[in-house]
Amino acid sequence: LASVPSKVAGAQTMEVVTDYKDAASYNNFYEFGTDKSDPARNAHTLKTRPWTVEVEGLVNKPGKFGIEDLLKLSAQEERIYRLRCVEGWSMVIPWIGYSLSELIKKVEPQGSAKYVEFLTLADPKTMPFVGSRVLDWPYAEGLRMDEAMHPLTLLSFGMYGEVLPNQNGAPVRLVVPWKYGFKSAKSIVKIRFVEKEPGTAWNKAAANEYGFYSNVNPEVDHPRWSQATERRIGEPGGLFAKRRKTLMFNGYEPQVGQLYAGMDLKKFY
Amino acid sequence: MNKFLLHKAGKPVVFIACLLPFAWLVWGAFTDGLGANPAEYLLRATGDWTLRFLCIVLAVTPLRVMTGTPAMARYRRMLGLYVYFYVCLHFLAYAWFDMGLDFDAIVKDIPKRPFILVGFAAFVLLTPLAATSFNRAIKALGARRWQWLHRLVYVTAGLGLLHFFWMRAGKNNFGEVFVYAAIIGALLAWRLWRALASRQRTRTMPAAPASRVQPGK
Repeated sequence: LASVPSKVAGAQTMEVVTDYKDAASYNNFYEFGTDKSDPARNAHTLKTRPWTVEVEGLVNKPGKFGIEDLLKLSAQEERIYRLRCVEGWSMVIPWIGYSLSELIKKVEPQGSAKYVEFLTLADPKTMPFVGSRVLDWPYAEGLRMDEAMHPLTLLSFGMYGEVLPNQNGAPVRLVVPWKYGFKSAKSIVKIRFVEKEPGTAWNKAAANEYGFYSNVNPEVDHPRWSQATERRIGEPGGLFAKRRKTLMFNGYEPQVGQLYAGMDLKKFY
Repeated sequence: MNKFLLHKAGKPVVFIACLLPFAWLVWGAFTDGLGANPAEYLLRATGDWTLRFLCIVLAVTPLRVMTGTPAMARYRRMLGLYVYFYVCLHFLAYAWFDMGLDFDAIVKDIPKRPFILVGFAAFVLLTPLAATSFNRAIKALGARRWQWLHRLVYVTAGLGLLHFFWMRAGKNNFGEVFVYAAIIGALLAWRLWRALASRQRTRTMPAAPASRVQPGK
């Protein structure tokens, strides 16, 4: 998948990129199983063509976008982002895509649209674990409008120079690098503009553990573990490599800090 | 079966068999065979093996009685000590890989999270059991007191299950938790049923002579 290096501020971390093997084999994608090795084993059944993304709700130009049209909607950029999972591990991944704002501008949101909701595929025929009671399917995520419009918020189609492997959310996914990984919905089929904060899959499953915002924050612990540090996957030293200190907003504070000025992040976790 | 269990090679064979999971984890750790996150893998695997050995050791007495193979009792101590071996590894994995052997951080972390606290309590409660597992300790304590002390294993089993349940609770992923709970539940229920049955027997016994008196009336 051809791309050019992105010029968006913060989109080119100089940190060592995680091995492709790890990024494509250690995944949370519960539609294909709850073990992190399950998606790589099971996701071959996902059919990524034909694929349409329906945009609806409070916009002047709703519509259905075929994946081929989406791929051409804006120039594909390569962005090297840190990825911090809520479970306490992290990677550095070269994604390919463009700012979600490019698509949002095209559909012309109305003034009343305050949030964007993302719904992902829930097809029991190709996704063996849709139907398990772990989560409410389809997997739903959401962003506040200003978060969705932020240039770092990426609509991604590829990684490591290639189209996305199925287990990484093919054919189109979100990447929001300052939030825990689960905020970045995979295999998106619907984008809806709404007035009220939408319910999200993990918030519905365990509201005290996963908030709507879920910004990476070393000072707000998960009820069952600390978020102060993280294990970088593939770090030299392996098992005995020291954990890294987790950075506020996953190190993207200069770019996104102002979105949350004045908010109590312990309350809006 | 008894013959096999009484064979002098029996104990060494079981001893080595119980070490296999550990050997396999060590092998994996040194050959990059534990996936992208080996620390997490070791932490979970040692926890799983602690629960498995707990199930195995709790199964010894029911199996011994039901199959009429008293020789099984020879293995109970070793299996119990393996529960402690794997729980020590589990705690070490947590202290080392998750907490970087930072003593202060561990002391702060344990009371902070109920799920860690419960697991730690189970680990602590197993310690006196492991420490009094040799013959001299049994003599020193007296068999009755020793047995009462070692009933702590039932509490530990409950705490271990709760620890596992809480770990999986955030993801509503209870399949495996229920399997372990069902096994441990059945093994404890068998003991309860047997205790009640034997109490009933001792209660009905004095009545027996009285009934024998009946015909003379």
